[in-house]
Amino acid sequence: MTDFSAEGGHGAVPMNGVPTAPDPEVVRSDWPLFEVFLRGKRGLNHVHVGSLHAADPQMALYHARDLYTRRNEGVSIWVVAARDITASSPDEKDPFFAPSGDKVYRHPTFYEIPDDVPHM
Amino acid sequence: MTSLETHFDETIEHDRRIEPRDWMPDAYRKTMIRQIAQHAHSEIIGMQPEGTWITRAPSLRRKAILLAKVQDEAGHGMYLYSAAETLGADRADLTDKLIHGRQKYSSIFNYPALSYADVGVIGWLVDGAAICNQVPLCRSSYGPYARAMIRICKEESFHQRQGYELLMTMMRGTQAQRAMVQEATNRFWWPSLMMFGPPDDQSPNTEQSMAWGIKRHTNDELRQRFVDMSVPQAEKLGVTLPDAELRWNDERGRHDFGAVDWDEFMSVVKGNGPCNAQRVAHRKSAQDEGAWVREAAAAHAAKSRFAPRMVAGSGLSGTNPGANKRGRTA
Repeated sequence: MTDFSAEGGHGAVPMNGVPTAPDPEVVRSDWPLFEVFLRGKRGLNHVHVGSLHAADPQMALYHARDLYTRRNEGVSIWVVAARDITASSPDEKDPFFAPSGDKVYRHPTFYEIPDDVPHM
Repeated sequence: MTSLETHFDETIEHDRRIEPRDWMPDAYRKTMIRQIAQHAHSEIIGMQPEGTWITRAPSLRRKAILLAKVQDEAGHGMYLYSAAETLGADRADLTDKLIHGRQKYSSIFNYPALSYADVGVIGWLVDGAAICNQVPLCRSSYGPYARAMIRICKEESFHQRQGYELLMTMMRGTQAQRAMVQEATNRFWWPSLMMFGPPDDQSPNTEQSMAWGIKRHTNDELRQRFVDMSVPQAEKLGVTLPDAELRWNDERGRHDFGAVDWDEFMSVVKGNGPCNAQRVAHRKSAQDEGAWVREAAAAHAAKSRFAPRMVAGSGLSGTNPGANKRGRTA
């Protein structure tokens, strides 16, 4: 029996019998993937907002403008070829982040100072 | 149970988000790809019913609004393809699966937009139903999908409001204009209710999806919510909803409404709706006709700055032959 999920977002879509594995032949012909970072306004850092495909970085910038700043969401855009990004695992239990896990003395709240000491 | 699986389960249990490089069960990954990809397809195909009216908009104001709305639908599709790709899907491949009918899109877009009132009703009811679906999805357990949905929901609100305002304007117009609004409402009401999918007792995957935090309310709950929201909006607008059984139930504190024709729904899903063939054919022709552009841009990129690592000694410093050549001829 076919199950329809209402939460296919814009209306029910079938969830059974729908293939998901990419066809390598089709994938090869695609433009490369770029990740997009946006500075919302002056004074803020660039923040990752998503990705897009483009033939080259210049085209990626134009596409990023059209896609991610239709309502003045940004004053500056970075695009980076996804293949150039080196990432850690996001898993927070990852041993990669263990070195900072037990150093509570790096935080100001570690130190007890009497309440009557001013300006601290 | 492996420790990876335990960690996944704990993340879901604590209502935290699953992120792209996390371990996840294969079935979760596949379900998310199906859900996100077909949501993306719905947005992309969803440009077509209203898109036909852009060149025939009744005023420059309406034309600018409709153009912005249809452009948003394209944008929503792109945000979603981007989210699907974080799961290992590929955008070109997803489009390929859409135009070969192997993945679907929401059936609502297989109905035509016959008059300009349909543009308003699509905004009011179809986008209204989409909002009912999408707001809970901002809390989807899959991070990239949830973030895309937050962005989409903000923009979808414009879609619904412009539609309702358009209808209010028409209702203040001539008798013929009011009749157009009523007629469009009659055609779109039931298909809008179908957007929430078959009743809960015919949706066997719902339980698993709720456990995974990728479905927050059942089909019937969402449909009821939509009916309760729409009734006062219809009254205010001055149209009747085409359901003789629709009435307030004091006991339940909700509206009762008539039975949805699920045979029609299944028939449209299977390809027998008024516009199924036309929608996919149009998407395919756009893809086919754009092929030379994609190839030319890729060939140009290969010759210029974006292929520096294939040429020894060149980089983004502008020393590669392609960049110099462009500089001289400029």
